[in-house]
Amino acid sequence: MFQYIIRRILLAIPVVVLISFIVFYIIQLPPGDYVSSYAAKMSASGDIMSQAEMDQMRANLGLDRPIYEQYFMWMKKIILHGDFGFSFNYNKPVMAVIQQYMGLTLVVSLVTMAFHYIVAIPIGIYTAVKQYSVGDYFFSGLSFIGMATPNFLLAIILMFLSYKWFGNPLLGLFSPEYVNAPWSMDKVKDLMQHMVIPVIVIGLSGTADLVRIMRGQMLDELNKPNVVTARAKGLSEMQILFKYPTRAALNPIVSTFGWSLSSIFTGATITAIVLNLPIQGPVMHNALLGQDMYLAGTFLLIMALLTVLGTLISDILLAWLDPKIRTEFRGS
Amino acid sequence: MATQAAHKEQPLLSVQDLKIKIQMESGIMNAVDGVDFNIYKGKTLGLVGESGCGKSLTSRSIISINPKECETSGTITYNSESESALNGLNLLSLKPTGKQIRSIRGRKISMIFQEPMTAFSPMYTIGNQIMEAIRTHQTKDKKEAKRIALEMLSKVGISDQAKRFDQYPHEFSGGMRQRAMISMALSCNPEILIADEPTTALDVTIQAQVLELMKSLQAEFGMAILLVTHDLGIIAEMCDEVAVMYLGKIVEQAPVKEIFNNPKHPYTKGLLRSMPRLGGNKSKRLDSIEGSVPMPINMPPMCGFYDRCKDRIEGVCNAQSAPKITISDEHTVRCFLYADQREGEVQ
Amino acid sequence: MRTLPLFKGQKPAAPVTAAPKDTVYSSQWRLIYQKFKKHTLARISMYILGLLYLVALFAQFIAPYDLQSYDSKYVNAPPMGLRFVDAEGKFHIKPFVYGLKTERDPETLRKMFVADTETRHSFKFFVKGQEYKFLGLIPMKTHLFAVEEPGRIFLLGTDGMGRDLFSRIVLGSQISLSIPLVGVGISFILGLIIGGISGYFGGWLDSLIQRVIEIIRSFPTLPLWMALSAAIPPRIPVVTMYLYIVIIFAFIGWTDLARVVRGKFISLKNEDYVVAARIAGVGNTKIIVKHLLPGFMSYLVVATTLAIPSMILGETAMSFLGLGVRSPATSWGVLLQEAQKIENVALYPWKLLPLGAVILTVLTYNFIGDGLRDAADPYKK
Repeated sequence: MFQYIIRRILLAIPVVVLISFIVFYIIQLPPGDYVSSYAAKMSASGDIMSQAEMDQMRANLGLDRPIYEQYFMWMKKIILHGDFGFSFNYNKPVMAVIQQYMGLTLVVSLVTMAFHYIVAIPIGIYTAVKQYSVGDYFFSGLSFIGMATPNFLLAIILMFLSYKWFGNPLLGLFSPEYVNAPWSMDKVKDLMQHMVIPVIVIGLSGTADLVRIMRGQMLDELNKPNVVTARAKGLSEMQILFKYPTRAALNPIVSTFGWSLSSIFTGATITAIVLNLPIQGPVMHNALLGQDMYLAGTFLLIMALLTVLGTLISDILLAWLDPKIRTEFRGS
Repeated sequence: MATQAAHKEQPLLSVQDLKIKIQMESGIMNAVDGVDFNIYKGKTLGLVGESGCGKSLTSRSIISINPKECETSGTITYNSESESALNGLNLLSLKPTGKQIRSIRGRKISMIFQEPMTAFSPMYTIGNQIMEAIRTHQTKDKKEAKRIALEMLSKVGISDQAKRFDQYPHEFSGGMRQRAMISMALSCNPEILIADEPTTALDVTIQAQVLELMKSLQAEFGMAILLVTHDLGIIAEMCDEVAVMYLGKIVEQAPVKEIFNNPKHPYTKGLLRSMPRLGGNKSKRLDSIEGSVPMPINMPPMCGFYDRCKDRIEGVCNAQSAPKITISDEHTVRCFLYADQREGEVQ
Repeated sequence: MRTLPLFKGQKPAAPVTAAPKDTVYSSQWRLIYQKFKKHTLARISMYILGLLYLVALFAQFIAPYDLQSYDSKYVNAPPMGLRFVDAEGKFHIKPFVYGLKTERDPETLRKMFVADTETRHSFKFFVKGQEYKFLGLIPMKTHLFAVEEPGRIFLLGTDGMGRDLFSRIVLGSQISLSIPLVGVGISFILGLIIGGISGYFGGWLDSLIQRVIEIIRSFPTLPLWMALSAAIPPRIPVVTMYLYIVIIFAFIGWTDLARVVRGKFISLKNEDYVVAARIAGVGNTKIIVKHLLPGFMSYLVVATTLAIPSMILGETAMSFLGLGVRSPATSWGVLLQEAQKIENVALYPWKLLPLGAVILTVLTYNFIGDGLRDAADPYKK
């Protein structure tokens, strides 16, 4: 098992290196660079930069060198000093920007993920056990609509309803009076209130999918002969349900857990933009739009790394959960 | 009933007029249509027939583990020897998910299945799954349960039990899995063992071993066996009495020797002719029964074998259901061909 | 085949034999079609989707106004009802709409539209209006419907620039409905070829392709999309922009299909019948075309159909954020941009209507995909 993990990590290294280069290339793709978008912003406020000034700025930021040179400098700093570069927009080191948003991002992502699994798995089990019942049709219909509605628009509808019924669209994560206030019970309460819509919206988007997957898996498992054997042994229906079909149906679902790692980091970007949440997603969006290349690059790099890592975790989880693979490792 | 009269003792299990209906898209299917038989202590009854004749449904209905869609009627009377509280109980009257039937399943009447690969869950060790039956019915104590399980594994001829106990089903060979299955079924010392095609999925040599094992365990534990199979060879080797099923009905029932030496029903005869024999004419092709089994959906009263039967009587066989006719004390057949011989006994 | 006799009193249609006659000789696709027909929801979805695509095809004819036409007098006008009975309770054979007049809300002092019961504009079919090219070829002036001049008809209201929302939804469907189709089509071909090569030939080629797929998949879709869309230069012709977007879609989408194809190739190429064909000396191309492709084509079609909804949602999301289709071209996502502001939704809820079109399309595709999946599974009844 240990050997397997080591081998997987070694295999992942060239992938990560390639990814980092592609990331850098992609952020260079949009025409213009930070300086030109900065100049455009300046000229909008009446301050027109001359070509000489722009060249000077480029030289200062190292943007006048060829791409590969910029890449190697960026990589060198990351590897040697853990320095991910400087965010032009925020005028701060990239790491400082990311750290600033890290806490709330984690809270929002983890709560929505918990919501996601806690809601989807029981509903999946229920709709499979009571196949073709009224409840099954209700939840299945709901999850179909859930899958068909873009979640950022669901966010708008919920905000609209919240505005209509409570007179407050609950934008952002805090009411204005709490944004800069020190932590207190009231602030936590305020945060909880503001979390309701994001949690429902972000949580529900994947939930619909997960309900369908869980239901399908359960239906497969419920018809397996081992369920009949268990019944013939004299076990109660509840004992059977949880020990055999549910356990087997959870396997593929638990093993995809690793995939959600990168979404923990960014949260649901579009929904966060719509709801104006102070988390990583919108920051990344702005960085991409504003050609804040080191910030955007770091985001993409971290997400790609997390995806590679997530795949690794998923594979390990799968190996650990499936006796067939597990015993193979034990044997060798 | 004729066969009943032959035995002086009370049957352990008595199935009377068992009917199973399944609601299908195209109508109601009479999958099992009025089946009667008795199971006696220490004896083996063989239920033989083509796939789809209702033999599996019949055997599973005894412990009410058929799917919900099956609508079952009739009576299945269980006369427990060891527990008077269960004496004379109609198993079909019990709630299929209720406590009472569950206390009988696996403890008094247990079952082994055709596919030992899928009958065990791949998620848990063999030991875990055997112990589960013991802990449900016999003892809550984990250590004691493990001791019994290990003992059972050695009884079914699995060596190195301590290691095998912690292995997963996929680490067992097919024959080993079926042995483990048998050890699980017998772990609570049941009075009746239902074996649903227990050797169909195994190699021929392994088949023989498993059958031998079942026989020797029957001698040791004294349980009755209901053996469901499509293989007449297995019937000849294992059974005391045989019931031949066709299209949801028992068309002929007799002691095993009588069936092989003196078959009456055209279907039974056909089955026997399609069986290869040692010393038979090698250049001759084996006989087969023409046609295929119809689906018993919306069927008018008539003999189900009618359109495949070489001896059918036009206007009789397709006008009403064939009656049960007693050939001798132990031999009954459902066929019009024998109706005139025993006019008085037509039911 | 020997026909079995019917039982007495039995209707001939009842299944006496295990398989009705026509299924015995049916091809795989025919069987799939027969099973698909039985899936009511999928069948209805098929009709609805067909209708949607017809509307997209004849959009210029169906929409009363074109994309550019606006009327500053009617900014944010609410949907107009088509009426038969007027304010006085009089019935008119010809349906009509009332004109709009502006009033100020006495409390908020906001300008709002109310129906002007003095002016009636009757509804007419096949009216000459702005010129357009029918099916992009034939110049035409006739539109499906309109109201008498100088009246205007806004069935679904207008947007912040006074443009008719109904016309824009209908015209936007051309892009919203075709991008996913073309995108999936390209990724289908890419996936089939690359996945096929990877699975059939194996070896170092397979390893290389697998690494490339792994790398592409390692990028979270959304940010990759954002980065690539940000790379589309602004102010380019609509056709070029359309191509860019389709290519981005296909670039991200093909990897899934390639993996499916590869997996199927690997599992099928060791099947006895394929090995038998190879031993018999059948060439690679023929084995692939005759034996492998038919083995999983149905599966692939299902996977492709199920990939379309996520492309529709993706296009909507990107255009909504201003990263996909841009003005002057219009898609449903572009139309929804106005709904980004909560005030807009609160005051002019009809601006959410394009969402209905999105949901309807995705739902129908999902149902069809589900129906196809059930129908293509030979073991499912």
